[in-house]
Amino acid sequence: MLRLEKLTKTYKTGDKALTAVDLEVPLGQLVALIGPSGAGKSTLIRCINRLVEPTSGSVYLGDVDLTRLGSGRLRKERRRMGMIFQEYALVERLTVMENVLSGRLGYVGFWRSLFRKFPQKDVDEAFRLLDRVGLLEMADKRADELSGGQRQRVGIARALIQDPALLLVDEPTASLDPKTSRQIMRLITELCAERQLAAIVNIHDVALAQMFVQRIVGLKKGVLVFDGKPSDLTAEVLTEIYGEEDWSETIQKIEDEDEIGVVK
Amino acid sequence: MKTKSVWSNDDCPGQQAREALEKAPFIASPALRWALFIGAVLYLIAAMYSIEVNWARVYRGLDRGWQFVAAFSNPDFASRAYEIRVGLTESVVMALASTIVGIGISIPIGLGAARNISILPVYLVCRSIVALSRALNEIVVAILLVAIFGFGPLAGFLTLSFATIGFLSKLLAEEIENMDKVQAEAIRATGASWLQRYVFGVHPQVVPRLIGLSVYRLDINFRESAVLGIVGAGGIGATLNTSFDRYEFDTAAAILLVIIVAVMALEYLSGIVRAKVQ
Amino acid sequence: MATSTQNGIKVWQRRDRNTQLKIWAMWLIGTAIFMWSWTQISASTTWMFFWDAPRIAADIGGRAWPPRWEYIFTLAKPLWDTLNIATLGTLMALFMAVPVAFLAARNTTPSVMFIRPIALLIIVSTRSINSLIWALLLVKILGPGVFAGLIAIAIRSIGFCAKLLYEAIEEIDETQVEAITATGASRWQVMAYGIVPQILPAFAGIAVFRWDINLRESTVLGLVGAGGIGLQLQGSLNTLAWPQVSLILIIILVAVIVSEWVSAKVRGAII
Repeated sequence: MLRLEKLTKTYKTGDKALTAVDLEVPLGQLVALIGPSGAGKSTLIRCINRLVEPTSGSVYLGDVDLTRLGSGRLRKERRRMGMIFQEYALVERLTVMENVLSGRLGYVGFWRSLFRKFPQKDVDEAFRLLDRVGLLEMADKRADELSGGQRQRVGIARALIQDPALLLVDEPTASLDPKTSRQIMRLITELCAERQLAAIVNIHDVALAQMFVQRIVGLKKGVLVFDGKPSDLTAEVLTEIYGEEDWSETIQKIEDEDEIGVVK
Repeated sequence: MKTKSVWSNDDCPGQQAREALEKAPFIASPALRWALFIGAVLYLIAAMYSIEVNWARVYRGLDRGWQFVAAFSNPDFASRAYEIRVGLTESVVMALASTIVGIGISIPIGLGAARNISILPVYLVCRSIVALSRALNEIVVAILLVAIFGFGPLAGFLTLSFATIGFLSKLLAEEIENMDKVQAEAIRATGASWLQRYVFGVHPQVVPRLIGLSVYRLDINFRESAVLGIVGAGGIGATLNTSFDRYEFDTAAAILLVIIVAVMALEYLSGIVRAKVQ
Repeated sequence: MATSTQNGIKVWQRRDRNTQLKIWAMWLIGTAIFMWSWTQISASTTWMFFWDAPRIAADIGGRAWPPRWEYIFTLAKPLWDTLNIATLGTLMALFMAVPVAFLAARNTTPSVMFIRPIALLIIVSTRSINSLIWALLLVKILGPGVFAGLIAIAIRSIGFCAKLLYEAIEEIDETQVEAITATGASRWQVMAYGIVPQILPAFAGIAVFRWDINLRESTVLGLVGAGGIGLQLQGSLNTLAWPQVSLILIIILVAVIVSEWVSAKVRGAII
């Protein structure tokens, strides 16, 4: 579904954010991206939908090379990629419904979107998604009245209403408390499984990553240094990615975590 | 200059308080400071010397001045009531129309003048328009427009609209440049067009400030409209000018009172509107 | 509510019925106001002049260019006068604005019931009247000349500066004032050490900001006889000496650009 070929990003200051990254993500697979700060994780995510322009290399979404597209085609392709942000990135003064519906902007003409006359089927889907993430009663509240976890769920609904083939998730749990983090990760994992979505999740909490995903990719200084199953993540690998540390606490046993119950 | 303490810094808690009071000098180099200070003193002496005040004239004038102040206790709304009403209506109308039109034109120019959402050629053009509007004094513009378009409120309306652009566009552009970028980025990621990105990602963030600024500008435009009449561009300024010319201080006092009250009312209104929009 | 159910289907509109109606009403009123304003303006306009405007503009433009550069020597003294009007006027205003500001600020006024309203009244009345009107009045009282212009600028600026100043005074960090008071300092010492240092940056910023605006306003005071380069402008306009007019406008433009640059630099350094 997603194929990155020799993706490189060098900033004008000379920083090499990404160097010749190769990656393939098939449909239905949830990939976690780990690495220290400044490793290039956010850059990688943003290069995929060209919020940041890659310096060289290719990004293939299905058969389409995104890096060669003009702005019109690029917008059409962006509809197929749903993005979830670290700081939720909801439009604070708009209501929850408006935020969710804004995921359909790529499909709706300018005048309809200006007057918020979205097609009924989009509205139905919005209600369905809000129900799925458990926020149906909040539909008319302003986004800045919600808590962090609630806002992130709205962000998820907004990404999904695009009916995307790929989810790009940038540190979804960085601003959330531990319990809410798990709820959000669980929600993302379930939704990806239900809809057979490919997803790349940028995450700094290694233990959290190991709990929920089938494949982990490690980035260090812009270079891919690890690609494998969560169980392959040993202390040596972590040292290579992050540096010398006592990694025994980070690599959690999965059985311990399951004892924390799920309470809405 | 920090004074050297007898005790070491760690010993004396008062040292920190003392250092807080002796702030570092504003301009570092002492030579520059002295030069500026001496230059300022010289300038002040030269300036005050060059102003010729005919104190005898002033003394005589004080009597008239007192007449004027006294007129405030007995303002005359009646004898020139018709002119006052016409002039005031003209001023109000000029202020309203120019603010509305000004807002309409300022929004696209303000968008173009915001570095983070605009492209370079558009940005430069819009910034130049803003700079031109702000540099030219309203009176000067009014004089020119009266020469071109003739006497009357049309010239005043055009003047104030042009002045509004410089004010609103600049502040709108600053607001956009300071906004939370990630909200607009999220909208961009859904594949929205540029206009949609503005409507959903930028506009909701700037609307409160835009409304507050617009009401503030209405206030300013009304105040300005009272003056433009002096050069023939419509409004109550002409009536005021005539009353001064004829030394009809009680009428003048009446007009000034009306202006002050109107400005206060507008300010009160603007306070309410701004609070509601938050 | 924006979400409602119709015929068993959940529908959504951006706003509920009442809010939408209110917004429609506001737009309607706004348009009505604009239309009314426009008809008033239009009624007082000699439309023949309007359509003739491009021709007249071109005519004036042709006569005004090239500017009469030699005239610049006659402008030196008026320019100096304008500068003085602005600078001395601002200084005078600041002298008077500071006490008024202290009397108007909630936390420093001796009496909230009586003195504060008076101070606020002074501020509002001096702010509401444009400096040109003050100049008109003062020329009648004190006679034409630079002095009238200076006082006019000063009066206008008192309200402006005092308003910004008292807002700054109300926003200070009270704990610093408490600390100084706790040392047993007198009221004046508390002001000097606790309040003044906190508002000094704001004060300097306001002073330079107002000076910049005053320079702009001073350039036109001469139109009513209050001295400065406006006198030359008035004279040139009366005699339709367009090349001189364009030169004066250019000079004014340059002066404004310079003063804005100075103002921006100083305010940037303060922050």
